[in-house]
Amino acid sequence: MAELTVSVVSADQEVWSGAARQIIARTTEGEIGILPGHEPILAILAAGEVRVTTTDGASIVANAEDGFLSVEHDIVTVVARNAALA
Amino acid sequence: MGAQLRVYRQKIKSAQTTKKITRAMELISASRIAKAKQRVEASGPYSRAVTRAVSAVATYSNVDHILTTEPEKVERAAVVLFTSDRGLAGAFSTNIVREQGELVARLKAEGKEVVYYLVGRKAAAYFTFRRREAEQVWTGNTDRPEFATAQEIGDTLVAKFIQPASEGGVDEIHIVYNRFVNAVSQVPEVVRLLPLELVEGVEAPEASTAMPLYEFEPEVGDVLDALLPVYIESRIFNAMLQSAASEHAARQRAMKSASDNADKLITTYTRLANNARQSEITQQISEIVGGADALSSAKK
Repeated sequence: MAELTVSVVSADQEVWSGAARQIIARTTEGEIGILPGHEPILAILAAGEVRVTTTDGASIVANAEDGFLSVEHDIVTVVARNAALA
Repeated sequence: MGAQLRVYRQKIKSAQTTKKITRAMELISASRIAKAKQRVEASGPYSRAVTRAVSAVATYSNVDHILTTEPEKVERAAVVLFTSDRGLAGAFSTNIVREQGELVARLKAEGKEVVYYLVGRKAAAYFTFRRREAEQVWTGNTDRPEFATAQEIGDTLVAKFIQPASEGGVDEIHIVYNRFVNAVSQVPEVVRLLPLELVEGVEAPEASTAMPLYEFEPEVGDVLDALLPVYIESRIFNAMLQSAASEHAARQRAMKSASDNADKLITTYTRLANNARQSEITQQISEIVGGADALSSAKK
């Protein structure tokens, strides 16, 4: 099954990176869910959680603030000035 | 003790004390390089991610936005200099000032007005001494930069960039900083931040590959508006971190050669002092022998 390569980075470090099945993030327009094969997107994040479901089914929650989300060829980057694992 | 000997002893003493200081500074810098390097590396993913996103937008969309379009006429350019707060780091700050001179000469030849933004006390001192005006100065913490400072600088620059040139805004932003290559080599570098020039690490898309059409949320203009300050900040923060790592490396090298020089001086002066002491002894002996000779020949 196709999977997403995800990295969550904040200004001074990489918070989390790995393979995932699904990502749910909150953009300024509302929540967005991303599955493998998603079209390229660049979205501004609203303050809130980013939920990542890893390939082994575990769920990782990170608080991201003041950043954006980019998806391109199943590579997902969550970039935020302040980000931390919840 | 002879006067000559005393002078040499004093010089040895002073070289030894200096060496203690330079040696300590060398060790401190050496221990801080590793930390500074780590911070440069840790900030890598962020600035890469931001740069990728910006270049993706710039390459794949044809939106009119100040971030992606060249202004027709550039009236004013902002130059940001990253120097250190403290000296004793060899040519660290001097290199920046020299690069700056070349850049400014070029900009002026192109008919652009230049406004300066300075980071680090050394640049500030250079400008005050020459009575040159700087738009804004940030000092303190150049050896341990904080993201908040980068944010502040970024906000100032973006505000100036958005302002039209007729109201004192700038059309171009250049930064001059020392790029950290490794512990022995730091290269002063001039980069044009805005308008976007080349974006490192991203190849131009080949004509054959289908370009992914980016979807923007909420609107392409809004996304670019949000991306612009983030991009500037991350580049500035990266420059500050690189500059800090370079500063430690430059200081370590400068202090190492200072310690070596002190060593050399100590050896030279010790030799000279020994010489002086020996010739003093020789002279005393020959005086005694001469005196004894004179006495014994007078008795006869």
